[in-house]
Amino acid sequence: MLNNKIFLNPKIFSPDVPRKASRDGFGEGLVVAGEKNKNVVALCADVTESVRMHLFRDRFPKRFIELGIAEQNMIGVASGLAASGKIPVVGSYAVFSPGRNWEQIRTTICYNQQKIILVGSHAGLNVGPDGGSHQALEDIALTRVLPFMSVVIPADAIEARKAILQAVDYPTAVYLRLARAKSPLITTEKTPFAIGKSQVFWLPEENFSGITVIACGYLVFEALKAAQELEKEGISIAVINNSAVKPLDEELILQWAKKSKAFVTVEEHQITGGVGSAVAEFLVQNHPLPIYFMGMKDSFGESGTAKELISKYRLDKEAIKEKVKEVLKFT
Amino acid sequence: MQKNLSEKELKKLAPEIRSKIIEILEKAGSGHCAGPLGAVEIYLSLYFGGILNYDPHHPDWPERDRVVVSNGHYAPLLYIILAYAGFFAKKELETLRKISSPLQGHPHRLSLPGIETSSGPVGEGLSQAVGMALAAKMDKKKYQVYCLMGDGEQQCGNTWEAVMLAGKHKLDNLTAIIDRNNIQIDGFTENVMPLEPLKEKYESFNWKVLEVDGHNISEIISALKAARSIFVKPVVIIAHTIPGKGVNFMEWEYLWHGKVPNSKQAEEALRQLRRMKGKINSELD
Repeated sequence: MLNNKIFLNPKIFSPDVPRKASRDGFGEGLVVAGEKNKNVVALCADVTESVRMHLFRDRFPKRFIELGIAEQNMIGVASGLAASGKIPVVGSYAVFSPGRNWEQIRTTICYNQQKIILVGSHAGLNVGPDGGSHQALEDIALTRVLPFMSVVIPADAIEARKAILQAVDYPTAVYLRLARAKSPLITTEKTPFAIGKSQVFWLPEENFSGITVIACGYLVFEALKAAQELEKEGISIAVINNSAVKPLDEELILQWAKKSKAFVTVEEHQITGGVGSAVAEFLVQNHPLPIYFMGMKDSFGESGTAKELISKYRLDKEAIKEKVKEVLKFT
Repeated sequence: MQKNLSEKELKKLAPEIRSKIIEILEKAGSGHCAGPLGAVEIYLSLYFGGILNYDPHHPDWPERDRVVVSNGHYAPLLYIILAYAGFFAKKELETLRKISSPLQGHPHRLSLPGIETSSGPVGEGLSQAVGMALAAKMDKKKYQVYCLMGDGEQQCGNTWEAVMLAGKHKLDNLTAIIDRNNIQIDGFTENVMPLEPLKEKYESFNWKVLEVDGHNISEIISALKAARSIFVKPVVIIAHTIPGKGVNFMEWEYLWHGKVPNSKQAEEALRQLRRMKGKINSELD
């Protein structure tokens, strides 16, 4: 059942549940961050409205810098601003940033320990019709490998709003991975959220010793739907919204590993180097247990709707249910 | 050391700095020779010619002028200048490139005072300098931002992205200095990837370009002063230098870009530099 201690949206499974993209929540949160802290500045590379930074630009025109299509320069400029006491929020599509400008991020941000907030919007398959060229499926690997970089994946617009506000005060650089597509509001304003903390969104029956599904971002909702339907079929699972990719919420992961037979991880990212890998790296050293990875299997995406794509690449509710049943057979 | 030495004093100091470069690189056993030897007058003019506003006892003083060294392989020269300026003890120079030394092979911001940014991968410094200059404008601060660049990194797309942005924002608080020594790892710049006409390139991006003989201290200082009084545009000073300047077998020899002398070569280099006290001539002398 839904974890009723964390004030999740009670209407989550109703057909009229409000839907909103995480990038929208981010855009609204950025304005609030700007109001709270005058050092917050925003930079964008010709995708201002897409990344929802226009709200900040219109509110604080003098604190917004339009770079044009120059993502490498954007990072260096952000580093220089950070060196001068600013808190730069740097937005683009994840394919371009951290995709195109990775070495600049490594050298001028991370090696230099200059704190910025790196916002990679349009991450994952949910980008949809723009196709494989625009669907970032490698960005988690690119960012979580970097020292001085934390990685956060909000599960909905409300978490994205909270994430940007917290990222401003967080001691390291933060990568915020956002989705283009609208998705149901799973959480509410009251749901706790913290960088470095993940949460169980779906609790299994008591005395559980089954499968825990670790999901993130846009796919948390799919995992919750799978949990709901599996429950009806008499299969009880746990679902963790693994918003904290780095630092990983080790305590929570360990706690649920000890209760579970196996983990299933699901992400809109290459299996290599993603969230599942982060969980596996930790567990293999602390509490080894079977882990099954759902993600991109060394392939790119393609055009289609978000719904069609997560279905075709076997990341939707049906695929999660199927995987859980399959895992139960051999564990 | 004083921040405003006379031109005569600076000239005298140049061979001493060059000798130090040879000494610490020989000890380090690896590093870059030609570039640092050629840029001695540029660094001396900036730090000791009455241009730069800094306080070695308060390296984070908010009103200080910023120096972004974009070509991090000039680290030996930068370290020597910073040590002479009093940011840290000169004896530290001997630890260059050694394990646990704050004098990393390429500058690391967090390891030493006086270093505004970590560098090494080239083509990124100007972006950071632009960011600092933009921040100064936002906060109405008066400091000047200097970006020291090599000519090889004028081949990087990132550099031109930054050039474009500085032109767009008319960053008159930004002065770039290009050490135009014509060499890079693979050979002469004009063979590897031609940069000329470099002056016209910058001008077309709305920069003011000044060209100087990079071994003529008086020319460098007047250009740096002029740069502070040019408004509405960022300024780039193209300083024409001779790579390996002062050591005859290193001058104009691109193979010395990323090489250091062995003990015999170092001995010969030091002998030449000793004899040349104050006699390094520029084209104009």
